[in-house]
Amino acid sequence: MTMADMRLRVNWLECKARGICAEVLPEMIELDDWGYPIVVDGPVPGDLIDEARLAVQSCPRLALLLMPDPR
Amino acid sequence: MRTPQPPQTLTPPGVLPRLLEQVGTPGRAATLAEHVARHGHVPYRGGPGVLISTIEQAGLTGRGGAAFPTARKMKAVLDGGKRAVVVGNGAEGEPAAWKDRALLTTNPHLVLDGLQLAAEAVDANKAVLYVQDDSMVQSAVERALDERAAAKVDKIEVELVVAPTRFISGEESALANRVSGGPAKPRFTPPRVFERGVKNRPTLVQNVETLGHIALIGRYGAPWFKQAGPSDDPGTMLVSISGVVSPVVLEAQRGAAISAVFDRAGVDVSEVGAVLIGGYHGAWLGRDEAWTLHLDNKELKPKGAAVGAGVLVAFPKDRCGLHETARVVDYLAGESAQQCGPCMFGLPALADTLHHLASPQGAHRGTVDEIARLGTLVERRGACHHPDGSMRFVRSALRVFAPEVSMHASGRCSGTSNRQVLPIHEAPQRPADWK
Repeated sequence: MTMADMRLRVNWLECKARGICAEVLPEMIELDDWGYPIVVDGPVPGDLIDEARLAVQSCPRLALLLMPDPR
Repeated sequence: MRTPQPPQTLTPPGVLPRLLEQVGTPGRAATLAEHVARHGHVPYRGGPGVLISTIEQAGLTGRGGAAFPTARKMKAVLDGGKRAVVVGNGAEGEPAAWKDRALLTTNPHLVLDGLQLAAEAVDANKAVLYVQDDSMVQSAVERALDERAAAKVDKIEVELVVAPTRFISGEESALANRVSGGPAKPRFTPPRVFERGVKNRPTLVQNVETLGHIALIGRYGAPWFKQAGPSDDPGTMLVSISGVVSPVVLEAQRGAAISAVFDRAGVDVSEVGAVLIGGYHGAWLGRDEAWTLHLDNKELKPKGAAVGAGVLVAFPKDRCGLHETARVVDYLAGESAQQCGPCMFGLPALADTLHHLASPQGAHRGTVDEIARLGTLVERRGACHHPDGSMRFVRSALRVFAPEVSMHASGRCSGTSNRQVLPIHEAPQRPADWK
């Protein structure tokens, strides 16, 4: 599996709108009206994979996941 | 008690009715003796997997709303690697649906036969019947289970679990949580319920109507089943009809004309302004388009609609669809499990904006655009499909009731009566602990 097969997913049950992910990975994440992340759909580009991993690790709720793309 | 006697030869039901054929005394549930006299004993196959190929040949799809191929789900559970659990889902959280209730209070033994057959087919050693909080349903099912225990017809014991009166308590992961002892709230997937559901075991969840069909397919076979409905989606289905007529449950062939089903229910087309199909996660249709359509997902999909769990509302033309939609979205917002932010905040915002749209000041393009924007903030952003389904309902309202928005903008409204047409569960009925 290549890095391009990974995508970001939010565990909505855990996410509490802390917003750190959008600071770490603004290229792929913005916040909605209530502070919850809006994540760009589709595979994480190779040049952003390190930032994506950092965003995942930065979430205090462990609510951001990097998962194999099911498609 | 004496052992119920089956007939010498079994006579298959015709095309209609099947599930709702009256085999007992009208007005009460068929007894085990009456059921066995009509349909014979439970047609056990003697081992796991055997019945699955028959169900596959029959082309049976789930009748709880998603229309997923039943055999495929059963195979996934059988191949799950651990002893499975099977759950008959009769939660029926949809306020405009009464069909599971009708089936369980008319022919409960069909459902319980189907539960045993499904358990055998997926090699389950635990069976659960998950039913709505309704005394008629519970007493019919308890009595049926007592009869079966006395006659020793069940291979595995059935546990009865009562679903809280909540719109989403029948959602599979919510069901798995409740049957495992927790609140009926959805959880994060994966793992899917067929992989790890009740007590983390592979769990087959089938709507009680689907189980009833399994009981009949097990006796009369796939070719018999396919005598009703189109070849690519055969069989019959239960339909809950309300609106301009008193609520009634009918059995119809899949693929039947919506107009014909309404006709059987006594619906007068001249009183109808619009049609709701598939319930509150379903879609509105214009009356004239609905009268050309069938209970066929291929045909409904381009309209953003689906057969779902068979809810059909013939909405009266003297009621305002915008006001009713806003009222139902208030209810749907209140049915959020309050677990996922976009649902928790987005659905109330949607409801408020819909009320604004229904007001003379709010009836303009800007409000419609704001609803569409809020839609993008709730869709696909939750653990379950409650936000997606709610938004499907809202989008269809914007399409079908666009002329009503224009009327409101000029200070007029179709609603000449304040009668509330679309049923909802009132707050006192809905347990705060979701149990």
